[in-house]
Amino acid sequence: MKKINIWAWIVLLIGMVYFFLPLISTLEFSMKMIKDRYTFEAFRVAFTDRAFFEHFGYSVLWALLTIFFSTLLVVPTAYWVHWKLPKARPYVEFVTLMPFVVPAVVLTFGLIRLYGRPPILLIGSPILLIAGYIVLSLPYMFRAVDTGLRSIDVRTLTEAALSLGAGWGTILTKVIFPNLRVAILSGVFLTFAIVMGEFTFASLLAWPAFGPYMEEIGSMRAYTPQALSLVSFLLTWASIGLLQWIGRGRVQEQVAGAH
Amino acid sequence: MSAVEKISQPPARKVDWNWLGIAPFFLFAIVFLFLPSLSIFYRSFQANDGSLTFDNIIALFTVRDIINAYKTSLTISLITAVGGAIFGFLLAYAVVLGGLPRGIRTFMSTFSGVASNFAGVPLAFAFIATMGNAGLVTRWIEGIFNISTRELGFSIYNMWGLSIVYMYFQFPLMVLIMAPALDGLRREWREACENLGGNSYHYWRYVAFPILMPSLLGTMILLFGNAFGAYATAYAFSGSFINLVTILIGAQIQGDVLYNPGLGNALALGMIFIMGMCMAGYAWMQQRAARWLR
Repeated sequence: MKKINIWAWIVLLIGMVYFFLPLISTLEFSMKMIKDRYTFEAFRVAFTDRAFFEHFGYSVLWALLTIFFSTLLVVPTAYWVHWKLPKARPYVEFVTLMPFVVPAVVLTFGLIRLYGRPPILLIGSPILLIAGYIVLSLPYMFRAVDTGLRSIDVRTLTEAALSLGAGWGTILTKVIFPNLRVAILSGVFLTFAIVMGEFTFASLLAWPAFGPYMEEIGSMRAYTPQALSLVSFLLTWASIGLLQWIGRGRVQEQVAGAH
Repeated sequence: MSAVEKISQPPARKVDWNWLGIAPFFLFAIVFLFLPSLSIFYRSFQANDGSLTFDNIIALFTVRDIINAYKTSLTISLITAVGGAIFGFLLAYAVVLGGLPRGIRTFMSTFSGVASNFAGVPLAFAFIATMGNAGLVTRWIEGIFNISTRELGFSIYNMWGLSIVYMYFQFPLMVLIMAPALDGLRREWREACENLGGNSYHYWRYVAFPILMPSLLGTMILLFGNAFGAYATAYAFSGSFINLVTILIGAQIQGDVLYNPGLGNALALGMIFIMGMCMAGYAWMQQRAARWLR
């Protein structure tokens, strides 16, 4: 047992080095803006650039739009599959896995070629961008909501609501959504993290966003791009951290339920 | 939309009507996923004048730039899938079964979640700061060995450098998927093996490894596809120095660099084909894995 332990520590150590070395390097690099001194000047420069807030704001907007429409699309569908159409599950699951088959760059290519010229011209509005982001979010959203629906008794809840005279709108907003809050939130945080750092769609569809902004700064300046990538990393960290934090209670509940 | 709701409102007897409840979802998928994919397929077989042709598909196997792009993409995907799988497995094993403190497992799962989602532009910049010309590790090596990596003609902006970058999001994904699979190995199986006179080698060779094999292979395929479809990281890391399929498609979107729209479509189609094979392989392996691990 002791031998295994030493070996496990070595593997862990290598893993930690791989994890942290790039982050430490990025921090060190970003602090070297002023010669022979470590300062946070690069961060100051990055945060005083008005374009930063503009592009960051755009990304937040895209993320919120994506979250809104993705939730609107996924929750009723997943609910309906659980309540009325279990046999449709493989087809819905297949669709949600499509972003792994059609990579972002290929989907953008197809979207531009199809909707980028008359008769259907969608290139002037962010429809294609949001649609692309929704596609990206589908696997995470669907899986999260699906897991949430599994843990509640959809049939009983719906029938109870129906017999109390509730309409479908009421059932979805007052019964299903509140019960799925944790599940939806975990999908939301992941979607937020993905959209905030996304580069491919925004860049190729030529919409302002944080990802392309970072890339542009990277080709123009030194030091500030590294400061921005730390910001991006912290953002991802915060989203995933929140996701696991809110998800924790649910997992424990499930374990407790199984006993 | 309202018509759909009206029809599906009463608890209909006929099962057929229920399908309308998921119509909006499939409508979205058709418009923004299947039609674009179909148009790529359709236009791959279209010549510039609109007639049917197989030239574009044949060109995938004959034009040197395209063959090279596929070769590079496939090689990087293979390297990082195998490398990521091996190291990810070892790390998952160390954390789950290696007798490390419990807190490390929680930390590791959070960090793996973050790292597997930390890709694209910021990841590329982080590695430029690590092993680029003025990177921390580059300076360490230069300081220790008193050499200049630049004079040696050493560059990280090649296939191997990019593989190291990709590994950052590859092996955490392996950890995330393998940790639950390792949890699924039951104590009874080991005990049964020991009761039959088996030792650790027998246990791993005849029990644990065959059970884990589908998960291992499945995840490896997933990692392969993960690397194969990556665009942003490669683009931000090396511009268009490294000739990947995704980079080529991106260039084709921004300007017809191949001077042939049909060829661009064929390029994208080849990508969909390979990714589709990966997903099919992954799904198949998942099914096999579910037999023992639940």
